[in-house]
Amino acid sequence: MQINRALILGLIETCCEVITSHADDLCELDRAIGDGDHGTNMRRGCEAIYLDRERLGSLPLPQALETIGTMLVMSVGGASGPLYGTLLIEIGRRLGARQNGADFANILGEAIDAVARRGRAQAGDKTLLDVLYPVHTEMIRQSALVRIAERAEKSAQLTAGMKAMRGRASFLGDRSIGHIDPGASSCALLTMAICRYLKEYRPA
Amino acid sequence: MKGNIANVGIVIVSHSPLVAKGTADMVRQMVGDSVPLSWCGGNAEGGLGTNAAGILEAIEAAWSDHGVAVFVDLGGAETNSEMAIEMLGEPRSSLVAICNAPLVEGAVIAAAEASGGAPLAKVVATAEELSPL
Repeated sequence: MQINRALILGLIETCCEVITSHADDLCELDRAIGDGDHGTNMRRGCEAIYLDRERLGSLPLPQALETIGTMLVMSVGGASGPLYGTLLIEIGRRLGARQNGADFANILGEAIDAVARRGRAQAGDKTLLDVLYPVHTEMIRQSALVRIAERAEKSAQLTAGMKAMRGRASFLGDRSIGHIDPGASSCALLTMAICRYLKEYRPA
Repeated sequence: MKGNIANVGIVIVSHSPLVAKGTADMVRQMVGDSVPLSWCGGNAEGGLGTNAAGILEAIEAAWSDHGVAVFVDLGGAETNSEMAIEMLGEPRSSLVAICNAPLVEGAVIAAAEASGGAPLAKVVATAEELSPL
């Protein structure tokens, strides 16, 4: 249980730190092609989770993830609240119900599919899916954490070349091209931070 | 904002509290207290945005066992409304429908339909007739 608690608290602190320190950058990206609130929305969600971290750390990992997902839905708003919320809720539920042998990459894949259904989006639509799918591919390949982080970063940058098909940015049509998607950017930042944390993480 | 709960309820969701409240005022002017009506506008801090918790409260406030029709403005309002409806849980989730219709016109015409005792499917269909295919 101590291992579980240290891991959950560590991941919460890592994710909240990276979002808080990049909130202004995320708003800046969102101002270019959206409504400019992605950073503040994500920060609001992180603050809610950080305040409740002691309770979350006492939960088994699957339940903690599901609870965090629900808290994101209730606190973040925008499209990102339901999308990140769905991702964590689905991972948590599947981890909780997992039979021996089901690996995390498969669970993540199913959770990403649920996010795609929630957003009615697909690969190439210039959304956080354009980071999640490549990250999933690397996980299926059992790539090193460093490689997964690099792929996430590169994938977010590649959204600059895409035309937005979903969300507020899609109203801009071709003018959305040339800007990195804010949701893809936050997703890459979180992935990189989690990979960095897990690389350092040593169960006590 | 309890109305006649024998009729379908109406919920208005906008990124702007002013738009949501203004639309609700127009609905109220049209149908008085004959339909349960509620609105949710803005993010959790009262700024522009959306807020699943607030939408959930609005649906509860306009609850009718005959169903609730939800009107939304832009993307996040729809996605957050979907999450709020799921959080209601079955069997109530199935009694709530998001209408693919313009916010103001849709809500007013739907409320007029609901005030005459029309079932949810008819209320939704009447509002959605306003939407270009």
